[in-house]
Amino acid sequence: MSTEQNQEMSQSKKKTKTVKKLVLVVFAMFGFGFALVPLYDVFCDITGLNGKTATTAANVNEDGIDESRIITVQFISRTAKGIPWQFEPMINEIKVHPGEMKLVKFYAKNESVNDIIGQAVPSVSPGKAAIYFQKIECFCFNSQPLKAQEDIEMALQFYVDAELPEEVSTITLSYTLYDITGSVES
Amino acid sequence: MTTEAIHDSHEHDDHHDHKMTGIKRWLYTTNHKDIGTLYLWFAFIMLLVGGALAMGIRAELFQPGLQFMEPDFFNQLTTVHGLIMVFGAIMPAFTGFANWMIPMMIGAPDMALPRMNNWSFWILPFAFSILLASFFMESGAPNFGWTFYAPLSTTYSNGSTAFFVFAVHIMGISSIMGAINVIVTIMNMRAPGMTYMKMPLFVWTFFITAYLLIAVMPVLAGVVTMLLTDTYFGTSFFDAAGGGDPVMFQHIFWFFGHPEVYIMILPAFGIVSTIIPAFARKRLFGYSSMVYATASIAFLSFIVWAHHMFTTGMPLFGELFFMYCTMLIAVPTGVKVFNWVATMWRGSMTFEIPMLFSIAFVILFTIGGFSGLMLALTPVDFQYHDTYFVVAHFHYVLVTGSLFSIYAGAYYWLPKWTGHMYHDGLSKAHFWCSLISVNILFFPMHFLGLAGMPRRIPDYALQFADFNKWVSIGGFAFGLSQLIFLVVVIKCIKGGKKAEAKPWDGAEGLEWTVASPAPYHTFETPPNAEDIKGQ
Repeated sequence: MSTEQNQEMSQSKKKTKTVKKLVLVVFAMFGFGFALVPLYDVFCDITGLNGKTATTAANVNEDGIDESRIITVQFISRTAKGIPWQFEPMINEIKVHPGEMKLVKFYAKNESVNDIIGQAVPSVSPGKAAIYFQKIECFCFNSQPLKAQEDIEMALQFYVDAELPEEVSTITLSYTLYDITGSVES
Repeated sequence: MTTEAIHDSHEHDDHHDHKMTGIKRWLYTTNHKDIGTLYLWFAFIMLLVGGALAMGIRAELFQPGLQFMEPDFFNQLTTVHGLIMVFGAIMPAFTGFANWMIPMMIGAPDMALPRMNNWSFWILPFAFSILLASFFMESGAPNFGWTFYAPLSTTYSNGSTAFFVFAVHIMGISSIMGAINVIVTIMNMRAPGMTYMKMPLFVWTFFITAYLLIAVMPVLAGVVTMLLTDTYFGTSFFDAAGGGDPVMFQHIFWFFGHPEVYIMILPAFGIVSTIIPAFARKRLFGYSSMVYATASIAFLSFIVWAHHMFTTGMPLFGELFFMYCTMLIAVPTGVKVFNWVATMWRGSMTFEIPMLFSIAFVILFTIGGFSGLMLALTPVDFQYHDTYFVVAHFHYVLVTGSLFSIYAGAYYWLPKWTGHMYHDGLSKAHFWCSLISVNILFFPMHFLGLAGMPRRIPDYALQFADFNKWVSIGGFAFGLSQLIFLVVVIKCIKGGKKAEAKPWDGAEGLEWTVASPAPYHTFETPPNAEDIKGQ
């Protein structure tokens, strides 16, 4: 084999090596795109950036009540496209001291002729208050089936953590109600 | 130079791979010049198609009220216009330049992976056929904006999401293969003596662009896949009812989307950095700072994505972080602009068409850069967000930026590609008509945006009527001006003054050492790059 052929061989080997590395990068970045999904969730869990509250029940407050502060908690509800339910808070606004436990109720009525399973998804604004909003009991922890024309009063028991940043004086809790009948049945 | 040319034509004779004729030549070609030509023609056709859609948009917006179309069709026009211009016109045009010029600039006989090169071009027409075919289906074309935010593209999709997703997949595969090809070529096939810091700037900028492409196109492929499964297979990546988050869509999309905008401008920097020294007859000022600035811009592009999302309700820290990082990009970009100006300073400048387009690029791109800086400021972005100010900004950087640099490059290398000089009068007409009409088209958009006219809306309040009329007139004029370019190119291919091997006396680089038009095969024996002037 001449030296020229040798050189050609080693050059094509070098090319193959570079190609392999680059293809690896491509697959890694494709995976990274999907890895962003759990990363985003973890990041938001820690920081509460997206206003999502915990999806499981919190423990009862044992740190006492901070009576020097009053926090306004507002309740908003909306129904997503395509769910024929009436869904609203029974009280629009409540004033609480941090640490103080409160029970509020939401009213829901299935106004259609079909049985429907609903799921309420909470969101807190400002987002940074989300991790301080502690729910001991919430209808949003489970899905809510309602028969045609059936109605229900649903309970939410919560307290606001005393660690809530100073600058937050109003918390808005918004529930969106989705029809999940299809995905539960399948 | 003449010895090179003779040497090359001799090589050509005893070469084994015979040029096929007719359509087969183009279908089966693995020649980088043929593939470059295909890319450039494809990009130009797409420019005209996307331009035709824009004409529809401007016709509708000529007057307030709904004249010609339903709002849903208007949305389809804006969406497909954006997708075609980004993925069909600008990106393939730069890949075309890369295919034609990079092997000739680094003294390589061809691209490293010629067969893959053929494939990466020939899947592109299929992608755009799929996308455009959706216009003729019952559902209509995608209507959710080129940014395809969930849930517009999932829950509220008109049924075109699948076509859109597969079209984007194919475009992505094409870009990734093209990028791999460029990197392998540059890393392994440089002529002896062509060290990295001696590479022409276009090679450098496309090298960095290729890295951006392989880093973010897979993320785009991932996000459209999630969209597909959300829409058709019941997953809930972006569906709050199932525990997903629509805001996450924007994070993942813009993680791709911001580097993408630099994919569309870095090669432009390379082309302009090649042309300005040639016509200022001076060496490029600050070659190495240009390389480092390009690399810094590429790096910063990964950590600024959320400046597209200031109004989604980010915490203050996030807003400040992304604001400062974004403003930081002005530093390397400023280095580049000042380097171009310093290159022209006290140069023996002449104003051939490539130089005119390059100077227009420097000025108008800078205007687009400044409006970008304004948009980077979080507090004012709340006013500018989703208004025509944004439309003005990205058209200044993409049309008078990227597109003008493509024209500059096309005029600069046309003599090398065709062997003829372009028609002087017509090309001047093309430049001046474009320059004037593009400013009538996009400059008033700044004021419309500041006054509060939202983008992507087929109708508007009466007080915006006068400016919109001007914008539409500018739009029609700009659209027609581009047909002059078509005439120039066809005339130039058919005939014209014979071009010398080096038609520009200030030009430098290996591509000018071969004859004009460039022989089908060049640099089968690597040239000695030692004696190219160091940068």
